[in-house]
Amino acid sequence: MAAEAAAGAAESGMPQLDISTFPNQIFWLAVTMVVIYFVLSRIALPRIASVLAERSGTISNDIAAAEELKQQAVAAEAAYEKALRDARAEANRIIAATKAEIQEELASELKRADARIAEKAAESEAAIAAIRATAVENVTAVAKDTAAEIVAAFGAKADAATIDQAIDARMKE
Amino acid sequence: MAAEDKAAEGGLVFHPLEQFKVHPLFGDGPIHWYTPTNVTLWMAVAVLVIVLLMVVGGRSRAIIPGRVQSVGELIYGFIYKMVEDVAGHDGVKFFPYIMTLFMFIITANYLGLIPMAFATTSHIAVTAVLALAVFFTVTIVGFVKNGTDFLGLFWVTAAPLPLRPILAVIELISYFVRPVSHSIRLGGNVMAGHAVIKVFAGFAAIALISPVSVAAITAIYGLELMVAGIQAYVFTILTCVYLKDALHPHH
Repeated sequence: MAAEAAAGAAESGMPQLDISTFPNQIFWLAVTMVVIYFVLSRIALPRIASVLAERSGTISNDIAAAEELKQQAVAAEAAYEKALRDARAEANRIIAATKAEIQEELASELKRADARIAEKAAESEAAIAAIRATAVENVTAVAKDTAAEIVAAFGAKADAATIDQAIDARMKE
Repeated sequence: MAAEDKAAEGGLVFHPLEQFKVHPLFGDGPIHWYTPTNVTLWMAVAVLVIVLLMVVGGRSRAIIPGRVQSVGELIYGFIYKMVEDVAGHDGVKFFPYIMTLFMFIITANYLGLIPMAFATTSHIAVTAVLALAVFFTVTIVGFVKNGTDFLGLFWVTAAPLPLRPILAVIELISYFVRPVSHSIRLGGNVMAGHAVIKVFAGFAAIALISPVSVAAITAIYGLELMVAGIQAYVFTILTCVYLKDALHPHH
């Protein structure tokens, strides 16, 4: 009676309340849930878990590797900087040494040149002195000759000794 | 959402509940518990979709996931985090069970939204079984894990002593109402949405109203797309909350 009443209610009312279909729904739901549960818990979930774990492992490994590479790059940069610094220092040292060497050479060359110049100057001085001496001598001789000639022209007579004396006295002034 | 051909009969014919009818797949005999019905068909489709999404989609085990695999992984991460956050760390061993519930409900909800499909989760028989399974699981786990301490759930030590017996009665009632609200919330939401769409579809028989009707169906369909996801989420998170009560009754 109750089943018939329920079936009658189901004809007009909500199929949800039709109790005669409940065993069917519940049975197939149970089957479905068991199948899904086994598919998920045996295959899908462990696989996804392992993939996720593997991925996070890969990512952290990659990050570690990147970190390491970064350290290496930093070390390489430091080494490069150091090499650059050393090279610069070496270059400065070489420049200083070369400069000192050149300075020294220059000094010695200058000294030599000075010596040579001094020598040449002395030589020239001697030559000039000699020339001057000759010139004075010549002038004296010419003056004496000229004086003698002039005295003779005036008609006076003067001996050579007197003229020499007078000339020498005049030249000294 | 069955038979648009009802409208072809002319006039206003409303059969909004027709779509929920359980009928045998082959022939027209009586429905025994083992009869393959449209329930069987759509549950099988749900299983197939879940297998495609969770098993076939992830078969390459790619480190860089493809589309289907990343959807599967997203759902996995989402539910796993939910279980861990809500039910606590010891709730994680119930994760496959909760994942089964969530996958079934969300798949069935969305399959039910395909025109002409049968929404298995719109039936109170289905949702009640799911909710009762959660209820019994939680209750059994609660007593096995905590023994009689589990009854502390009903004895609110934070309240003043005279109030506690009253609160205990209220807590006890609310505890037993849980499976009812848990199941009717899901079944009712799915059924109501589908029935409303069907009612609007009935109005489409009148030429003048039909544009409004089509627009309304579109709007409600959009709403139902949200409801399908939200109800699956709500059912799952409530399961986690109940599980938390069973594992840690003194919170």
